[in-house]
Amino acid sequence: MSQEHRERTDETAAEPPHQQTRWYAGGQYEPLLSEKRSKTVAVDSSLPDDLTRDELELPAPAEPEVARHYTRLSQMNFGIESGTIPLGSCTMKYNPKFTEDVAAHRGNRVHPLRADADKQGILHLLYELQETLATIGGMDAVTLQPPAGAAGEFTGIQVAKAYHDANDDDRSEVIVPESAHGTNFASAAMAGYDVVELPSNDEGRVEVDALEAAVGPDTALLMLTNPNTLGLFERSIEEIADIVHDAGGLLYYDGANLNSLLGKARPGDMGFDIMHFNLHKTFATPHGGGGPGQGPIGVGSDLAPFLPTPQVRETDDGDGYETYAPAHSIGRVHEFVGNWLVLVKAYAYILRHGDEGLENVSETAVLNANYLASQIEYEVPYGPFHHEFVASADADAGDVAKSMLDHGVHPPTTKWPEIVDEALMTEPTETESKRRLDDLAAAFNAVAETDADALTETPRTTTARRIDQASAARSPQLSWQALDDG
Amino acid sequence: MLDAVGVAAPDELFDIPESVRFDSDYGIETHSERATRTAVEGILDESPDLTEFLGGGHYDHYVPSVVDHLSLRSEFLTSYTQYQPEITQGFLQALFEFQSLVVELTGLGVANCSMYDRATALGEAALLADRVRATSGETVLVPANLPDRVRSVLENYADGPGIAVDTYPTADGTVDVDGLADSLDDGVSMIYAATPNAHGVLEPDLDAVGDLAADHDALFCVGSDAVALSVLEPPESYGADVVVGDAGVLGLPTTYGMGLGLFACREDFLRQVPGRLVGASEDDAGNRAYTLTLQTREQHIRRERATSNICTNQAWLALRAAIHAAWLGPDGLVDLAEECVTGIDEACERIDTLDGFTAPVYDGPHFREALVDTAAPAADVVEGCRDAGLALRTVDDGGQKRLAVCVTDTNRERVDDLIDALAAHGGSA
Repeated sequence: MSQEHRERTDETAAEPPHQQTRWYAGGQYEPLLSEKRSKTVAVDSSLPDDLTRDELELPAPAEPEVARHYTRLSQMNFGIESGTIPLGSCTMKYNPKFTEDVAAHRGNRVHPLRADADKQGILHLLYELQETLATIGGMDAVTLQPPAGAAGEFTGIQVAKAYHDANDDDRSEVIVPESAHGTNFASAAMAGYDVVELPSNDEGRVEVDALEAAVGPDTALLMLTNPNTLGLFERSIEEIADIVHDAGGLLYYDGANLNSLLGKARPGDMGFDIMHFNLHKTFATPHGGGGPGQGPIGVGSDLAPFLPTPQVRETDDGDGYETYAPAHSIGRVHEFVGNWLVLVKAYAYILRHGDEGLENVSETAVLNANYLASQIEYEVPYGPFHHEFVASADADAGDVAKSMLDHGVHPPTTKWPEIVDEALMTEPTETESKRRLDDLAAAFNAVAETDADALTETPRTTTARRIDQASAARSPQLSWQALDDG
Repeated sequence: MLDAVGVAAPDELFDIPESVRFDSDYGIETHSERATRTAVEGILDESPDLTEFLGGGHYDHYVPSVVDHLSLRSEFLTSYTQYQPEITQGFLQALFEFQSLVVELTGLGVANCSMYDRATALGEAALLADRVRATSGETVLVPANLPDRVRSVLENYADGPGIAVDTYPTADGTVDVDGLADSLDDGVSMIYAATPNAHGVLEPDLDAVGDLAADHDALFCVGSDAVALSVLEPPESYGADVVVGDAGVLGLPTTYGMGLGLFACREDFLRQVPGRLVGASEDDAGNRAYTLTLQTREQHIRRERATSNICTNQAWLALRAAIHAAWLGPDGLVDLAEECVTGIDEACERIDTLDGFTAPVYDGPHFREALVDTAAPAADVVEGCRDAGLALRTVDDGGQKRLAVCVTDTNRERVDDLIDALAAHGGSA
């Protein structure tokens, strides 16, 4: 890509020195590290020549330039400490700072292949967290190993499969509501199941008649999130559980929306056999621009023997903790225990809040969602909702989102679930103040009053203007090497 | 706020049938921030402070301060996945630079912006092989010395499509090329080999493995890591179709096994790649801009036909690895890799002179770690070293228990202590 492409077409502007950040009207630009100072070094190694490369070409910035580069990049990025991120189903809450200090504690610097006796601190925390999550979920046993929510789903499905196999019960289908998270479909398919999609009823909930028609001897699992992606509690959950169980199937709880149930209800009590927790959502570990997260799963006692290995238990003498392999373990889903630091932060968060604080989390999250919905002009077709709601835009939801950026807020999740036209799936979380919610409502309403054509011209004030997604996918350039070639 | 929504208390907003309401308590006390820190750090302190020579897939290198200071900037740490690229250009560019780093290290045309760890990346490679191969393959071949931990993850990934995981032999600690040739048939969709391998040996003849794979229309998947690849021949040059491994050797110190899965492949598999990809494009003003791209591969669009179920990944660790690599530069990366060669080499030389030890067990250049034969039972040697404050482990090498030793820049200065401990506790029984 030539230099011109990176320049705003401004004939009068002098070409700035290449190293420097350039400001555009409302935007910024930071050169790639490879455009600043790259260096090709001859690889001089004590290894035999036939094993080694001849040279290595990579950026070679001095530390001050490293610091400036990434500081600049951070300034071109929006996090929860920059402002509200009301992404539905994502639970983008403020993450208390002290958990980072706990994660930096020296006691985290333990290698996973130490003997059990030499990692008692780690095993103790793993044990406490797995027991605590079991209590919160109403489950009998928990594995902390899955490194993300989708990995939790995959693990849960593998556990269900192993359970059915152990009963010589050959089942080929996983039922997923049409409004479910995309990962549910993908995880079931990855585990080798046929996915049966379940339609919603007029109220946005599981259509019980359709479920009865869908379940049968092939049903391995029904995956549900409750409240569902519209924020609605599946009030027929006990009937749903009976239908699935009577057919010999199992019920899986997608924990993405657990932030609405703390202290109020537990998946285990509703009849769920397996659930995953998204620690990076409900228990406030920062999302890190996409991860790492952690997706522990809980199961009922019948399924506990199939959990991944290792599990942690108290030693017989009660003096410490030890790892063990469950009797019919599916093996491993991560080489070690997933993202340890996420586990530490989540445990610290739970301990800090306690019963009272956790219930307050859900009450405030639900109140905030309901308050915000009451302040916006867009229609919210389904209710009563809990921690999130799905509004229907009267313009292209993607355009609405881009336009909201100009109001200094991150937009909601858009165009999904598809059951709502031009969906704006909104989850403000409990950590937003009334003032922030009012600002957010004002942004929604300002956009609602803007002419639909004008929305297509937005955003105007962001680092980059609207980005050409189609050409990015048509002629992919995925590295600086590809830019050089192109 | 309550007035605006028309309730007297938030609890009224919960539309939950009484029969499934939770009326009890979790029994978790609320703690002040200070008390929480004291409690959690107190638990963590129950692990003793040991000098570790452990390795085995989780390696410790010095991570410069600049990595923490920059990656912990809240704009990075607290941001979401870049579904609104106009306000997340910074993270997207960092991930684009990470992908470029992996492209440079592997020689392959496409790198994604992370998998969970090296084991799940290998699992994804097996699924990729199953998708791209012209005729359906039933088997992936892995070396006999693949750690059980990694194999178990692979087996879970392979289970869905019914891919068998079979073993090919190793000889003298490295790939037995003739044995591999005998194991091959047209049902094999992928051959996996790692360098450095599970015993720390750098594989001498991966060209031959690449040729065998090509002859049988099987993908060749190479396992390595971001530091080793800084000096090793780029796997693409000897026929690798996919490279997986750990990039967390940069930016991530010992953290109880957290990983950063590295995944790169040939450009013609582009539309079958698992995980997120960042691409360069232009914005409406004609300026270069970055965006997540080819999202139609992903679960939120393609659902059950997605190339993977992965959503949340290891993005922040990729940022950290990129910062660490930038700070090192190519000279620093090569120096660090060289230290991984000389450190274990020197340690083995010294161990080998001790009565009752043979180090390394296998010939050939090693990287970071090596197996050691002990006259005394290896477990007893580990126990003896433990008493001296050193953590080592045993490895089951084809039925024989051997001592494993890993030396990097962060424990090299304690090799003297290791030698003393071995001399004191490891001699003939």
